[in-house]
Amino acid sequence: MSRFVPLIVVAALVALFLGMMLSDRNPNEIDSVLIGREAPEFSLASLDDASPALTQADLSTGKPVLVNFFASWCVPCRAEHENLMRLAGDYRVEVIGIAYKNEKDQAIGFLNELGNPFSKTGLDLDGRVGIDWGVSGVPETFLIDGDGIVRYRHWGPIVGDSLETRLLPELEALR
Amino acid sequence: MKNKLFAVWVSLLAAFAAHAVAVDEKPLEDPALEAQARALMKEIRCLQCQNQSIEDSNADIARDLRALIRERIALGDSPENVKSYLVDRYGDWVLLKPPVKSSTYFLWGSPFFVVLIIAFLLVRRKQSQSVAAPLSADEEARLQELLEREQ
Repeated sequence: MSRFVPLIVVAALVALFLGMMLSDRNPNEIDSVLIGREAPEFSLASLDDASPALTQADLSTGKPVLVNFFASWCVPCRAEHENLMRLAGDYRVEVIGIAYKNEKDQAIGFLNELGNPFSKTGLDLDGRVGIDWGVSGVPETFLIDGDGIVRYRHWGPIVGDSLETRLLPELEALR
Repeated sequence: MKNKLFAVWVSLLAAFAAHAVAVDEKPLEDPALEAQARALMKEIRCLQCQNQSIEDSNADIARDLRALIRERIALGDSPENVKSYLVDRYGDWVLLKPPVKSSTYFLWGSPFFVVLIIAFLLVRRKQSQSVAAPLSADEEARLQELLEREQ
């Protein structure tokens, strides 16, 4: 019996490593503490001078809402932008954009260039609202349910199959 | 020789890197408060570089968190409060040293657990290797008797 012990140990390790390799777990990705909690309080000036300030009241609309932290200087944000346009267009989700540590003109220029998927925008110039949301970098996207409770956080850009395999199922669950 | 030079360069660069953070930022006027803030920064993990503290990281978010820590300490907030403020937003993960609580017992206990397993295995190994005790005089006589009977 005991001569099988090394074999069993090796087999267990192989299974462990294969399991870790094949799962799409990203070790950089840390669970957000906001999940299941109300979105933090904030008030941010809009990118559009004519619009009122963006506050957490704008997030509880009775329908799921996405809050996307972006910046014109952020390359992965460019990569996911097409998917944000699809979410707002094809999937008819309200997407709210918060420009994270971005000059107003540059954030506006970014949206003029790539299209504007956002129904409302906020300008988080010093990144303090980002800290309140536990943002560690852009892009990050939060899914808020109709009551203003954070249900899911998408860390990093929504690219590849992560829209279909991760974000959309979470969204459908709320609808 | 080459290796030695390389090592010198690396250590020089490391020295500069460690310094770089302090240079571009204004420390707090009160040295006692600055010391408090610095001590706290050493305990907070950088969210982008992960195995560095925000004290020695150059990442943007680390700089922001340093500014935030200095600001709150200057306002008279205790380091414990600032810490819980950060944990509230980023989770326990933001602490380089995880707290001991029910969800981390396994983490903290695992080294002792491994030591125990190894000790157990060593003891068992020793036992199975121990040589049988020599025969007593009685046993010796009985063995002789049996052998003779065989013949």
